[in-house]
Amino acid sequence: MTSAVVIQLVGGFVAASCALVGTFLVLRRMALLGDAISHAVLPGIVIAFLLTGSRAALPMVLGASALGVVTVFLVGVLNRSRRLYEDTSIGVVFPALFSVGVILVSRYASQVDLDLDCVLHGEIGLAPFDTLIIGGQSFGSKALWVTGGTLLLDLALVLLLYKELKIASFDPDLAAAVGFSPLLLHYLLMSAVSVTVVGSFESVGAILVVAMLVVPAATAYLFTNRLSTMLLLAVGIGVASSSAGYHFARWYDCSIAGAMAAAAGGFFVLGLLLSPRNGLIARAYVTKRLRERLNEQLVLLHLKRHGEAFPPPRASRTESVQERFGWSPSRWRHVVRRLEEQGLVERVGEDLQLTAAGARALEQTGTSVLAHCP
Amino acid sequence: MVEFSYTLRNVMLGASLLGVMGGVVGSFALLRRQSLLGDALAHAALPGVCLAFLLTGQKSPPSLLLGATLAGVAGALFILVVVRWSRIKEDAAIGIVLSVFFAVGMVLLTRIQKLETGNQSGLDKYLFGQAATLVDDDLKWMSIVGAVVLLTVGLFFKEFKLLAFDNAFGASLGFPMRGIEVILTCLLVVVVVVGLQTVGVVLMVAALITPAAAARQWTDRLGIMVFLAAAIGGLSGAAGAVISASVERLPPGPTIVLVSSCALAVSLLFAPRRGLLWAYLRKRSVMARIRRENLLKDLYLMGERERGWSNFVSLSALMGLRGQGAREIERNAQPLLQQQLLEASRDDLRLTQAGFAEAQQVVRKHRLWELYLTRRLELPSDHVHRDAEAMEHALSEGAVAALEARLGFPKEDPHGRPIPPRRSR
Repeated sequence: MTSAVVIQLVGGFVAASCALVGTFLVLRRMALLGDAISHAVLPGIVIAFLLTGSRAALPMVLGASALGVVTVFLVGVLNRSRRLYEDTSIGVVFPALFSVGVILVSRYASQVDLDLDCVLHGEIGLAPFDTLIIGGQSFGSKALWVTGGTLLLDLALVLLLYKELKIASFDPDLAAAVGFSPLLLHYLLMSAVSVTVVGSFESVGAILVVAMLVVPAATAYLFTNRLSTMLLLAVGIGVASSSAGYHFARWYDCSIAGAMAAAAGGFFVLGLLLSPRNGLIARAYVTKRLRERLNEQLVLLHLKRHGEAFPPPRASRTESVQERFGWSPSRWRHVVRRLEEQGLVERVGEDLQLTAAGARALEQTGTSVLAHCP
Repeated sequence: MVEFSYTLRNVMLGASLLGVMGGVVGSFALLRRQSLLGDALAHAALPGVCLAFLLTGQKSPPSLLLGATLAGVAGALFILVVVRWSRIKEDAAIGIVLSVFFAVGMVLLTRIQKLETGNQSGLDKYLFGQAATLVDDDLKWMSIVGAVVLLTVGLFFKEFKLLAFDNAFGASLGFPMRGIEVILTCLLVVVVVVGLQTVGVVLMVAALITPAAAARQWTDRLGIMVFLAAAIGGLSGAAGAVISASVERLPPGPTIVLVSSCALAVSLLFAPRRGLLWAYLRKRSVMARIRRENLLKDLYLMGERERGWSNFVSLSALMGLRGQGAREIERNAQPLLQQQLLEASRDDLRLTQAGFAEAQQVVRKHRLWELYLTRRLELPSDHVHRDAEAMEHALSEGAVAALEARLGFPKEDPHGRPIPPRRSR
């Protein structure tokens, strides 16, 4: 395997596993708990290093998961004490744990071969060169094995507990009533987040794991209301981000991990603007159309009432209507032009008059507008 | 003993200044449930620092601070837009800004490192913060910013208070709430940016939230809270700096965070009224009283059934009532025996004169409350017992007297059992 393929594979594995658990984080409004865990696992990793004296994957994963659970537990305890808001609980727990980690690193840095910089930022570019060696035989890139294993674990979790996670995420009360513990699932999910964070550490770093956890899932959330679709989309977007990021980094000669996360951000901005249902552009268009429709209906309704009070040919003076609504001339012209184009009103000399089609249109929809009229 | 060196002096001053600023601004952020906005802003500052360096080619504090501030404001705006006009919730929006802005910063930083060898050194101190490298010039800038921040908070205190507690009310009074929010957010950005070089990105979050969260435990008044948060932040900063200087290889930033975290833990446990320890003790004493009152009541009800209270009641008979063990009943009886509300003959128990009067009051509250519920809420008489079980321990004597008068001094409860008279003096 060439190093380019290895790097992209590792990036893809990280993105996919993060997207799987991240989807549930975003849906449960716990994106920041993921952030907290990604920082708070640091002391767990350092302690695992200190105890085993090696960079073996298993103790690292265990230590980090333990700290992940500790984080969730502490946040939960503070929350339930009702002395702090939930976001405050998160915000006081993870810096404290992270501080313990940093202090451990700086006090025992000589004993453990642990570079704080590398833990936090990761260097996916090194992934192909750190090979897994068991019994003197090389099995290829270690990062590939670790991230691949993490992905399988997350995949197994989501596939096996899909229904349970779904119910617990959308309706915890129902979940409890049906007979499985939302709390247990919560801890299970958070353990999965911890494991995923650790698995991704060496390649994308602690801080950028948050990007892969949150951003692709949030982007997918802009496009769908179905959990299964969201999961697939999030994985797809995550993998696309890591691939696009890799190629950008090669071209711009910069941090690969940073570029991958930035690419995910790019996809999010695109989604935010362009999503057909939830995008800013679509929304702006819908809002504009609604406002136009309301204005048109108001004019039609006014003409109808006026026509009833003063039967044709004395219909309605254009300026008097405009004055009544207090609209700017350009807005008035725009509304009237659209009504004329649809054949709902016609000009008779100075006056504006409902056509037969206009009267019919009003009959069909008129009542809905009445609510808006004083 | 710690030698009071130039470095230590600078670290202490810087950390205290930051603690004071963080405490003041963080108090408002905390009350507005934006504790983690600071996290996002701290990360968002990185690309600003890098861009400013790329554009000016210098590491002068003013331009870097300006770049960081602009990037922070951009991040805050992005969160605002996303939360307001899309279905993405605030937590995800904060997570997105935090990670993506930071990633862009990483991209730029690594690019700078490859462009100009060596010259970028010091830019990354904006990531981790190196309090030890604070020089007089940095302190000067921090003091200026600190003065501006405190002055602004002083000037807009009333407006910020409105923003924190009742935004809609402020708007109805005609205050430009959107503008006030912008000012407060800008203050937050400025404090975060200044703090970055002292404690770094991650630990900046703690400088904002932890002192404010600790201060919140001691008071319900905003002015006092802000003042306390500033004090806790400032003292934690100074103490953390001294501790870190006196122990080898103890970096100042994390030490400061741990000191303020300890202050928070102490506040959570021991603050008067809100302290968890006091709450636990209060709850324990109330539970003990309830158990004692229940024992008295049980003995009264047994006597009522047997038309006389002179017989001693065996433990086993009492155990059958509430599924309690003998040990539990003995524990509840112990203080009652000491107060001579109960008397014992071997293991059997009996109400004394005083204990009888005490038990009467509990039963009286129970039965009057049952009657009140059936009359006033027209609840069926078999639905009121559970509620009365709780209220008999909560009603004051005055409330019961009022209840009795309201019900017209009734003689019997809804089940036809006599309501004991009021305590005779």
